[in-house]
Amino acid sequence: MRIFRRQALPGFGLTLGLVLSYLTLIVLLPLAALVLKSASIGPHEFWAAATSPRALAAYRVTFGSAALAGLVNLVFGTLLAWVLVRYRFPGRGFIDALVDLPFALPTAVAGITLTALYAGNGPLGRWIEAAGYKVAYTPNGIVVALVFVSLPFIVRSVQPVLESLEADVEEAAATLGAGRLTILAKVILPALWPAILAGFALAFARSIGEYGSVIFIAGNMPMVSEIAPLLIVAKLDQRDYAGAAAIAVVILAVSFAVLLAINLVQLWLVRRRSAKAVR
Amino acid sequence: MRIRLRNSWLAVLLAASTSAIAADVTLLNVSYDPTRELYRDVNAAFAAQWKQQSGDTLTIRQSHGGSGKQARSVIDGLQADVVTLALSYDIDGLHENGNLVPADWQKRLPDNSAPYTSTIVFLVRKGNPKQLKDWNDLVRDGVGVITPNPKTSGGARWNYLAAWAYARRTLGSDDAARDFVTKLYRNVPVLDTGARGATTTFVERGQGDVLLAWENEALLAVREIGKDRFEIVVPSLSILAEPPVSVVDKVVDKRGTRAVAESYLRFLYTPQGQELAAKHHYRPRDRSVAEKYAADFPALTLVTVDEAFGGWHRAHQTHFADGASFDRIYVPGR
Repeated sequence: MRIFRRQALPGFGLTLGLVLSYLTLIVLLPLAALVLKSASIGPHEFWAAATSPRALAAYRVTFGSAALAGLVNLVFGTLLAWVLVRYRFPGRGFIDALVDLPFALPTAVAGITLTALYAGNGPLGRWIEAAGYKVAYTPNGIVVALVFVSLPFIVRSVQPVLESLEADVEEAAATLGAGRLTILAKVILPALWPAILAGFALAFARSIGEYGSVIFIAGNMPMVSEIAPLLIVAKLDQRDYAGAAAIAVVILAVSFAVLLAINLVQLWLVRRRSAKAVR
Repeated sequence: MRIRLRNSWLAVLLAASTSAIAADVTLLNVSYDPTRELYRDVNAAFAAQWKQQSGDTLTIRQSHGGSGKQARSVIDGLQADVVTLALSYDIDGLHENGNLVPADWQKRLPDNSAPYTSTIVFLVRKGNPKQLKDWNDLVRDGVGVITPNPKTSGGARWNYLAAWAYARRTLGSDDAARDFVTKLYRNVPVLDTGARGATTTFVERGQGDVLLAWENEALLAVREIGKDRFEIVVPSLSILAEPPVSVVDKVVDKRGTRAVAESYLRFLYTPQGQELAAKHHYRPRDRSVAEKYAADFPALTLVTVDEAFGGWHRAHQTHFADGASFDRIYVPGR
């Protein structure tokens, strides 16, 4: 069944054509060039470059810390959005503006600042190392940097959905005798999950590509705290363009698969919810 | 109103007349990390001299970064009139990729085209609490050594080769040297991507007990940050680092800047240029300038990459290429 409605912009054909050429120029062309570059070496060399033990370790570090940072922000970013939407308190506008700061700050500045804080002689690192832990120059430092740079994504994804979530649904649930936990689990979270997942996907994607802040705090030890983007830069410095492209293609493929999976889950959640609503 | 009008006419006239007599010339010097301060002074001195000589106003822009990265930028199209990099391997890359300089570029200027030299020394904390005197002290348990990743830092390659050269001479074989260098890198807690980053890690973040550094960086750190916090230890043997310079032929011929670019590089060999190099803690080639600054530069046994490693290409293949000796420290058996 097709529905005809008047749109503000004229011409489906025209707009779709524009969108497709724009996407091709901005996204597809560079990606195609990347894949083409990696194809300039034979499949054996590609495989060797993409699956060397160091590359495998770097993927583990990159994807592992990106997922971990995303999970941390999934909890605390959602909580932050909740506080910002549901409560009115002095300084709320200030905190709201603060959330976007990691977007604006050059990531190298973030990296240097975090390293200064968490190094063994820094104001935070001193206490952490006295307690027997280490953050700067270990994989933990990578997670800290990624939590910082990816925080805005989850907050900004969840916030608008929460704002449009009417409080009267919760009130109705309460009058029907639901406790706080039941309301959270059965009313609020189901409505938020798609937004939380979308935010997680964005944060995860951002973290995978992050370079500037991480290299300062990571320690960059091969097999331990070396991220895949650093391996790419190292290969470029050796003028091994094809090898660098091979690793980039692997990251690209995995990222794409993960994002696709998250999007499918999100779609399924939305469908299930609207199906329930109809029922 | 009228006065202002007249003034502006005067300004236009003045601008027109100066541009008719003297041209504005710009040069871009693409260099590596720790030469910022040196070239700031060299550029000012040479621009003044060039103004006197030719009447042209010369502006020299400078760009700094890791040596390999800088070379790659030039290969990828950065319009550098001259390159002043950390090792000849990187300028060789300009010949191999796009023929930007001729194959024999290093023979065009005296002393392998390296107007100043440096070496690798140790920077330790005040009082040298771990008593680090020579390379063999760096492989002891519990010593933290700060040095950047030789894959991304030109300076770090000199560090690596200096340690290797010492070990081979004292222990007698390449196999023993491999074990020695492996042990040394087991003591490295942080691998920064460049020399300046490693200096920050050691000086500001308090990591490690010793920084393997360019002599000029170490002297700068001691002068700037204070003798009360750091001191320099000169090992018994180190490597003679010869940071080379070259004009980029393809660029100067296109831009018509060959004459000024060549005099700029020759200026580095003049007593004035040598004096500036020494002032910025580079070892001058000129005998009389070297004698004047002898107190800054202690004598030690220096080996060159050519005699100890058969040149940069062999050194790169054996040590820094993918799967070569440096990689095998972290991924054995490949």
